[in-house]
Amino acid sequence: MNGHDTNDLILQTITKVTSFIILLFSFHLFLAGHNNPGGGFIGGLMTSSAIVLLLLAYDLKTVRQALPINFIYVAAAGLLIAILTGVGSFLFNVPFLSHSFGYFQLPILGKTELATAVLFDIGVYLVVVGITMTIIQTIGEKE
Amino acid sequence: MFELIIYTALGILALSTFLYVIRVIKGPTVPDRVVALDSIGINLIAITGLLCILLNTSVFLDIILLFGILAFIGTVAFSKFLEKGEIIENDRRR
Repeated sequence: MNGHDTNDLILQTITKVTSFIILLFSFHLFLAGHNNPGGGFIGGLMTSSAIVLLLLAYDLKTVRQALPINFIYVAAAGLLIAILTGVGSFLFNVPFLSHSFGYFQLPILGKTELATAVLFDIGVYLVVVGITMTIIQTIGEKE
Repeated sequence: MFELIIYTALGILALSTFLYVIRVIKGPTVPDRVVALDSIGINLIAITGLLCILLNTSVFLDIILLFGILAFIGTVAFSKFLEKGEIIENDRRR
């Protein structure tokens, strides 16, 4: 801070709209990963970039109040989910990390392909979000 | 004929990106360089769109939105660094 208070009204107003669009885009990338470019990694990176935009427009304290999450636990939960999807395949007497899929009749969507690979992708997504946000918050709160 | 138009547009965009690169290298002040980098990002978006048409595919359309978001966040981060000297503040009301 150079001693004078700056007024970031335009940046903060744009951030309020844009961060939700980025979050929606990251959700789309996450779900599109099976048949199109995308997946857990790039989806997690876009989610953390939405949070980084919030950090830029506001400050660390405000974002902590809005998202009271310790991101190291998020990364740990992601790793746990990824391991559990691998271990879960032992329940069906198949090798470690075997995945399967099936077609189901859902109420609104109609005939949908549901794959257990999505569960593994959720793990990747949570690890990427957790690690990226931990790095950025740790570097951000110097002094 | 159609491909010729696309190739011409790609050539013009490449020339414009080259001129932006000259501005990035020579730019007398830092804000000049930041604005030139932002414009290079926008030019990359245009080049990606033209390549989508040329390769007759739609898989790169996500990349266009991604470039837009990344260029915006990068420019905001640079501007905040130039304005305040730090990118992520601890507490704004201090």
